Amino acid sequence: MLRIPCPFCGDRDEAEFRCGGELPREIPQPGVDDDAWSDYLFNRDNPKGLVHERWCHSFGCNQWFNVVRDTVTHRIHAVYRPGEPRPALDGPCATAAKSGG
Amino acid sequence: MRNGSEVGRMSSPQPFRGPDGGRIDRGRTLAFTFDGRRYRGHPGDTLASALLANGVKVLGRSMKLHRPRGVLSAGIEEPNALLCVDWGSGLIPTVRATAMPLLDGLEARSQNCFPSVNFDLGRVLDFTRALWPAGFYYKMFKWPDWRAYEWAVRRAGGLGRLPGGADRTGYRHLNGHCDLLVVGSGPAGLGAALEAARRGEDVLLVEQDMEIGGSLLHDPMEIEGAGSDDWLAAALAELAGMDNVRLMADATVAGAYDHNLLTIHDRSAAWRGDGAVESFWKVRARRIVLATGAFEQPMLFGNNDLPGIMLAGAVHKYATRFAVHCGRRVAGVLNNDSGWRSLLAAHDNGTTVCAIVDTRSDLAPALLDAAEERGIAVHRGATPLTARGSFGVQALRFASATGPVRQVDCDLIGMSGGLNPATQLYSQAGGKLRYDESRHCFVPDRDPEGWEAVGAASGSFTQESGTPVRPCAAAPVRTGGQWLDFQNDVTVADIELAVRENYVSVEHLKRYTTAGMAVDQGKTSNLGALTVLGQLTGRTPGEVGTTTSRPQFTPVTIGAIAGNRRGDFYSPPKRLAAHDWHAAEGAVFDDYGSWKRPACYGPDREAAIAREVLAVRQSVGLFDGSPLGKIEVKGPDAAAFLDRIYVNNVLTLKPGRVRYGLMLNENGIVIDDGVFVRIADDHFLVNTTSGNAERICAWLEEWHQCEFFDMQVVQSNVTSQWAVATLAGPHARGVLQSLPGLIDLSTAGFPHMSFARGRLADGMPYRLQRVSFSGEQSYELSVPSNRAVPIIERLRAAAGPGELLPIGVEALMVLRTEKGFVHVGVDTDGTTNPLDIGFGAVVDRKRRDFIGARSLARPNDRRADRRQLVGFEPLDANASVPAGAHFVAVSNGTRRSEGFVTSACDSPTLGRTIGIGLIERGFGRKGEEVLVYDNGRNTPVRIVDPCFYDPAGERMRA
Ligand SMILES: [Zn+2]
Repeated sequence: MLRIPCPFCGDRDEAEFRCGGELPREIPQPGVDDDAWSDYLFNRDNPKGLVHERWCHSFGCNQWFNVVRDTVTHRIHAVYRPGEPRPALDGPCATAAKSGG
Repeated sequence: MRNGSEVGRMSSPQPFRGPDGGRIDRGRTLAFTFDGRRYRGHPGDTLASALLANGVKVLGRSMKLHRPRGVLSAGIEEPNALLCVDWGSGLIPTVRATAMPLLDGLEARSQNCFPSVNFDLGRVLDFTRALWPAGFYYKMFKWPDWRAYEWAVRRAGGLGRLPGGADRTGYRHLNGHCDLLVVGSGPAGLGAALEAARRGEDVLLVEQDMEIGGSLLHDPMEIEGAGSDDWLAAALAELAGMDNVRLMADATVAGAYDHNLLTIHDRSAAWRGDGAVESFWKVRARRIVLATGAFEQPMLFGNNDLPGIMLAGAVHKYATRFAVHCGRRVAGVLNNDSGWRSLLAAHDNGTTVCAIVDTRSDLAPALLDAAEERGIAVHRGATPLTARGSFGVQALRFASATGPVRQVDCDLIGMSGGLNPATQLYSQAGGKLRYDESRHCFVPDRDPEGWEAVGAASGSFTQESGTPVRPCAAAPVRTGGQWLDFQNDVTVADIELAVRENYVSVEHLKRYTTAGMAVDQGKTSNLGALTVLGQLTGRTPGEVGTTTSRPQFTPVTIGAIAGNRRGDFYSPPKRLAAHDWHAAEGAVFDDYGSWKRPACYGPDREAAIAREVLAVRQSVGLFDGSPLGKIEVKGPDAAAFLDRIYVNNVLTLKPGRVRYGLMLNENGIVIDDGVFVRIADDHFLVNTTSGNAERICAWLEEWHQCEFFDMQVVQSNVTSQWAVATLAGPHARGVLQSLPGLIDLSTAGFPHMSFARGRLADGMPYRLQRVSFSGEQSYELSVPSNRAVPIIERLRAAAGPGELLPIGVEALMVLRTEKGFVHVGVDTDGTTNPLDIGFGAVVDRKRRDFIGARSLARPNDRRADRRQLVGFEPLDANASVPAGAHFVAVSNGTRRSEGFVTSACDSPTLGRTIGIGLIERGFGRKGEEVLVYDNGRNTPVRIVDPCFYDPAGERMRA
């Protein structure tokens, strides 16, 4: 069970959270073609390594936030709020994640 | 049950118990039975040691071939000695006798044998075992049909029997934290705990045995210049005196999960007849020291599963810790020095060893001298061939180094094929293992974050034994009855067969042969199986690799994992505020989602439903609609936000007015429907389907927080704050208007789809919306939940005696089916878009974007042959068709489903059966006759409009 640092409450057990899955791409404009729309709806990267996910502290503050998690080691590298830019992951963290296979 | 005292008076010698020694309390005697016979043992015994002390050698039958089996080990790895036991606890199946403390009055029984453990008819499977190789069940039971064999196979399969009656053990869940969790309390574990504790760290030490001390309890050694008994006593005293240390005995670390969460199965309070409690801990540790030791592995030779063949370390442990000498003439079958150490120590403690057969030629002179001193014959470079005997070992045959086959008479064989570190938890945590050629075992190689293995668990065996460990020759592979997995009856021949059939991955091998499955999870068989697999396929064990270790490390009672989550605590039911009032009215309660709601009132369901439906159609009915989802949405952007959520236009709704709406997911699928109310310009009330409020509220939150975070709006689920009394029927207004203080309800002042709020004359706050799910004039009156019963009583009084009939959910479902109102999730599924249920015009009218809008523009969402909502009437007005039955098209002799019935009922209003359903191209097929197929029956029906009653809606607007 993961230990997740809620940006509002601090470290809590995974059981208090709901995972909203990999962060979707930006919502396309209504006029996009069918292929672009279905790509947005159905395709995710599912990377081996760092993934950006949405989590909600549903049995706590009920706030959604974004988590950068390594799918190999499960280490959580960063959390940030919706609308904030993706954090730059530098040096040891990113490297460790890449060699973590 | 508790016949201990009676048995205690019997004289019952324990013929295999030494006269002194052992960590048992000889001053007290415990009486127990095995298969009805009475025996005695002492506190400190395990069930296995007490049985062995009494000379009981055959404890059970193997799972598949029903071969007699005795005790193999002296610990948690035991694959054979699995018994049904009862200590006043109720019957507990498949208990490892080697890890079960002996209790007074305990009753134990053998498993998997009929009529008795010594004469088992199932043994015929063994005498014909050539017919039952690995995977036989995949091959043999296919013709003509698996079902012809199923009953017999099910009866023969599995171990033990399920206990009957309620579980009398209590279970609780506990949580903990620590700086350091030490798993195992041998010298390595205690050393790590002491070191950290002295630094002031918060230390938790967990030991699966009933006593702390690990190997020191049976294998004393010198530590820091002192005897280990003294060292152990000093260490325990020091640890007990520190506030930052907790010691748990009789508790097993069962699982290792992400971010250093460990689960502990604590049985220390489990051994009571009454009030037994098992605890299941979840502990988050900063660091973990794994000091779990190593499991000794068996040797391969013919009939190596006979009762009386044990691990050498177990022979040693029984001799020293329990003063039980398992045999009178012991032969050793070894390939390593650790096994020698065990047998020499057992001999010195009173278990007579007469011969040792070692597969190695070059033995250390010290070993040869030790054997000579003790009069033990040594056969080096020998190959063990077979054990002789039927219900117990009588002799061991082996090929001597020079070739001739020889035999030693013995009644016990102590074997050791080397040690394999107990790394199961390490692997669960993500640690990587490496095959160590010189020690023929898998050792920890890459530690998970925060983990460290020490002592024998890390592969450093010398620290324990004090003598260098020689390379262990892997056993030579020979065909025949050489058992690798005792519990699952997997032999070398089974591995050979699997390889012939190309099951050469170790994971495939496990599933095909069942090696390493069930209670012991291969603690004494995985290494052997993958070694043999490697030899047969020209690979080293390192290249073959191990199977994946998963929780649980040892069997954990399901109840302990469930904890309190059973009965009503599994999924707590929600009760209406007026639950007792409904019960007094004769309500029959059913589960609707998590709610307990009145299905109808009265024992005769059909009659009650018909009575309630007609009450609404003809006068008035009272429905408790409290579970209706109620979400308040408020803020300057509330209207704009909801306009993104609903298919319908939200912006044009005026305060005090109500509108029906649909919510879609992004894929354009209908996920909920209901009315929404504009209470004020910046204030909305969203009604969701009963039971769906949490989900929709979370859905709104997700959209608001993640995508529309710039909008100024808040939402709150107020479902349980308000009780809802719905009055429906032509007399509804008359009854309701008599409540003092209510607004004027005349249709001109308060038409259909209106909302008002205020206070009744006595100050009770209320919210009122005129909406209808029944098709009649209908008012939903909400009051604070704690006023549910008073408001119902006042409405009843207002209506006059016997005039206001309560109606249940089933009647409401009939009423709405008669009106053709969809019930989302019943009349729609995960493929239904709003166009399919007749909301195409609403979709096309909305000019602004909403969730799911783009998906509705895809060609597939507008295909003409989609399933569309229709009503239908069976041609025979009394023919009933159940929901789920299929509309079947027949052409050229082939039949295919065109859709299915989603709701159907016997309509008391219309005096006939009706239904609605989804059928391909349904909108264009009104009047057409089709067949509905259900369970072998074809019923002709006519497709009609889904609204069967008052299609103009005059009654609900009246
Ligand atoms: Zn939080």
